Amino acid sequence: MVRMGRQALAALRTLVVPRRRSRPDADPRPGRWQVVTVDRPAAEVLPGGRWPEPLRPLDGAVELWLRPAPGGRGTELAARPLGGVATLPGMAAHLVGDDPGLFLRDTLRRVKQLVETGEVLRADRSPMDRPAVPG
Amino acid sequence: MRALCWEGANSLAVRQVPDPELRNAHDMIVRVRRSATCGADLPLLAGRSPFLAAGDVLGHEFLGEVTEVGPQVRRHRVGDRVVVCAAVACGSCWYCRQGLYSCCDNGGASTAAAEAAWGQPTGGCYGHPRATGGFAGSHAEYVRVPYADVGAFTVPETVSDDRAVFASDAAPAGWMGAELGEVGPGDVVAVWGAGAVGQLTAQAATLLGADRVIVIDRHPDRLRMAEAHTGAETLNFELTDVPAELRERSGGRGPDVCVEAVGAADGGGRPASLAERFTGRRDGPVEDPLAVREAVHACRKGGTVFVSGTFTGFVDTFPLGAVMNKGLTLRSARQHGQRWIPMLLDRMARDELRTEHLATHRLPLDQGPAGYALFRDRADGCVRAVFTPEG
Repeated sequence: MVRMGRQALAALRTLVVPRRRSRPDADPRPGRWQVVTVDRPAAEVLPGGRWPEPLRPLDGAVELWLRPAPGGRGTELAARPLGGVATLPGMAAHLVGDDPGLFLRDTLRRVKQLVETGEVLRADRSPMDRPAVPG
Repeated sequence: MRALCWEGANSLAVRQVPDPELRNAHDMIVRVRRSATCGADLPLLAGRSPFLAAGDVLGHEFLGEVTEVGPQVRRHRVGDRVVVCAAVACGSCWYCRQGLYSCCDNGGASTAAAEAAWGQPTGGCYGHPRATGGFAGSHAEYVRVPYADVGAFTVPETVSDDRAVFASDAAPAGWMGAELGEVGPGDVVAVWGAGAVGQLTAQAATLLGADRVIVIDRHPDRLRMAEAHTGAETLNFELTDVPAELRERSGGRGPDVCVEAVGAADGGGRPASLAERFTGRRDGPVEDPLAVREAVHACRKGGTVFVSGTFTGFVDTFPLGAVMNKGLTLRSARQHGQRWIPMLLDRMARDELRTEHLATHRLPLDQGPAGYALFRDRADGCVRAVFTPEG
């Protein structure tokens, strides 16, 4: 697996985590960090320090944190609502709904799928969504 | 297209449903030539899954011909004859890299139910509820295959459809029980269940060098089949004291490796429990640890118990004390087929692994409901009903 150099990783962290307030394991407040391990180096998780598409709508509403996963398992990517509270503003609140944790976990999982496989896996559409063509 | 749809508890019907469509770049569409029943379908058929919806298509063990490929598919072309692993896995995540394909992080499009039930989402499976995967089943004329380069395997010309279809699920499940149970030369191996997975576990144990393989069941026709096709010894648990027989046949030590391959148990001959009588839940397959319990007690000290059966929830009266005090290794998994299917197809091509006898009933798809009734009730000597949608 390609690994990111220490200097490059430090630069990436500086670039993408300006809103970081504390490490996930030191957070005493509500609004728990949601974490996913992506089996790729940090530079592939947030290429160029940019937020990947599934996270972009939440820019300004959540904070991110990332670090190398132990044992060569890639990168741990964490997110939580800014300020550590469940209430989010505007469009972010609409997207997140009643369970920000669930929504964030799902978003992180989509980021992981995109990075690891190149696409987000879609379920089959149910028969009710599409009429059958008699054959 | 026509497909075998679940309509409600113990109710199936062949209906017209929309053709599958490419939903991702790594998808392909397969025209189904063979699709087998499996014990894992029985809890679904009985309506034990709260997430199954009327109209869902069952089936996950299949073989067919590629009719359409997505732009990112590299290993397959239209016209290829392929067997498709029942487990849907991406091939790219950490779990897939470890060979734990059924634990794939990216194999399910819908993961909330699995996460709630088991703590983490697992890989997907065809023909299971949308909430635990999201992929229609293979008892249909066509099926969508996600991650096609990872989950589909070209079948060697010399291997028939009737043999190769079992490389999709039963054969890798059987091989897994023997390999992850660490069967080696000189071992005594006991296998609970003489269905397809049990028989293929017995074959795998023999191929891995076991000295003695003993298959346990209560259906005489299945036991006869196991003797004839796997070379294993057999025990009918309704007619003999299984733990005593196993002690006697293993020098008093107990089997080195015990594999539970009962699938969705039919309850055996035991009386219904008070709870079952009260809830009326004795009319179908049960999650009964009877065979696991017996395996744990029979296994030699320091041996391995592998659980292949279809468990989805909780079981009671599990002998954890015996596991600890005898120093047992307890392992289990849904099959990681992508890890073994190429090897199994090679063995099938060399005639080392024979499976076609397991298809005791070959039926057109239109007879799907009758096929499942035979399979569920173990009637007419049914081990597996295999459907031919084109037939």
